[in-house]
Amino acid sequence: MDDLYREQIIDHYKNPRMKGTLDPHDISYEDDNPLCGDRLRIDVRLGADGRVTEAAFSGQGCAISMASADLLTESIIGKSLEEMRAIGKDDILEMLGIELSPVRLKCALLSLKVLKAGAYGLAEVHDLD
Amino acid sequence: MTPATGSPTLDVARLREQFPVLAREMKPGVPLVYLDSTATSQKPLAVIEAMDVFYRLHNANIHRGVYQLAEEATAQFEAARARVAAFIGAAEPAEIIFTRNTTESINLVMRTWAQANLAAGDTIVLTEMEHHSNIVPWQMLAAEKGLKLEFVPVSDDGLLVLPVYEKLLERRPKLVAVGHMSNVLGTINPVAEMSRQAHAAGAVVLVDGAQSVPHMKVNVRELGADFLAFSSHKMCGPTGIGILYGRRELLEKMPPFLGGGDMIRRVRLHEFSTNEIPHKFEAGTPAIAEAIGLGAAIAFLEAAGMDAIHAHEQDLIAYTLDRLSEVPGVHVYGPAPAVRGGVASFVMQAAHPHDVAQILDADGVAVRAGHHCAMPLHERYGLMATTRASFYLYNTREEVDRLVAAVQKVNDIFA
Repeated sequence: MDDLYREQIIDHYKNPRMKGTLDPHDISYEDDNPLCGDRLRIDVRLGADGRVTEAAFSGQGCAISMASADLLTESIIGKSLEEMRAIGKDDILEMLGIELSPVRLKCALLSLKVLKAGAYGLAEVHDLD
Repeated sequence: MTPATGSPTLDVARLREQFPVLAREMKPGVPLVYLDSTATSQKPLAVIEAMDVFYRLHNANIHRGVYQLAEEATAQFEAARARVAAFIGAAEPAEIIFTRNTTESINLVMRTWAQANLAAGDTIVLTEMEHHSNIVPWQMLAAEKGLKLEFVPVSDDGLLVLPVYEKLLERRPKLVAVGHMSNVLGTINPVAEMSRQAHAAGAVVLVDGAQSVPHMKVNVRELGADFLAFSSHKMCGPTGIGILYGRRELLEKMPPFLGGGDMIRRVRLHEFSTNEIPHKFEAGTPAIAEAIGLGAAIAFLEAAGMDAIHAHEQDLIAYTLDRLSEVPGVHVYGPAPAVRGGVASFVMQAAHPHDVAQILDADGVAVRAGHHCAMPLHERYGLMATTRASFYLYNTREEVDRLVAAVQKVNDIFA
């Protein structure tokens, strides 16, 4: 538990850096997990070179899902869509710095699913289930 | 506060010895505190051993076998049915149908009695606090037939708003389907009085007893239930077997449920005639060992005493509400202990229900987080999820103290 609720996660949950919405935006997607009631929206703006200039997330959920959304949106600034496509489950776990049970893995991966569904369509997110 | 263990009539320490899993440590020095009996109960040795002995010594398919082993299996299976009938005060064992679980029991009534007796424009009365298994089957039938579903609302303090129920009865519903005890709020609904009123209005009454039958004395005739559905696995028995009680006169007029072996009297290439009740509703080989395990579970519960179990759980819930009220930022839903079973669903200002459950788990405290298959009820309170602790005969005040200490820890971590 000390591992799971490391200070970093609590800090990103309580003091998110990337929380908000972007309007206008180039990419925006919202999804929920009806099982636990988590809801998440991610907005992205791209520069002329196709790289992410701004990103934001909004919604509500547990500390794991909110902290992972904050860390993920922070990490994609400056990335191209191709570089973003390469982000996988292990990258999220590395950012969080914790091991997760299968149930909590869904919480951690919600933000990546929302981002990829918005950027590349739903077909891209099946391997995250 | 006096930290005593349980009520004087239940020897909880001795009972706990009967549940092998309760001796587990989830990690070194952290014993399991199992507070999720509303989802499923733990199993005592008597049940585990009864099923083991059946498979070791008596296993054969039931009915029609002309050899001794099959006769033994049949006798044990039917003895379990008779035990269930006596346990809930049914007039005879033939009124007990074995299903897979409470959900299947309710679906059976939907696909047989309701399919045959309800028509477009008819009304079914439910409540806002029902489990999904007592909502979704009726939504399915309503869509097929054009039925109207009406819901008795729930008050802020977790009680059914009965004046609205009385108003709904003026619409002459064909069916009232109500949970005896809420799996989220713990509310014990006044089902006997509601049945009397429903019958006076000409309705048939189905009671979802999944949460009440395991925890208190339930008598179908005192309750006035025409149908009562419940599950073995929530009452110390195995998974895979549920029960539907139905009054004989209703059961006899109902069409069969699933088609196949055992539910028939005679089959020709283009027609069949049905068997007598209850076999008419039990197609295929049933859960034989599970029925025998259920019989052993009922014997175990009767030996402990249903009134003593209920009193013990009311003591635990009163103690829990009292202790949790000391923790800042905790809100527990549901009514006062007097009309409530051993269920405490709560939210915390500091953290999401899943985070709460995860932190509790680290201290060996097993609780559930989510909507508990009651999304409409959660919506009623503007919630997406709650954390739920629930009790059974084997839980203690010391375990409630462990729960409360872990809940306090959530505040510390998220402070």
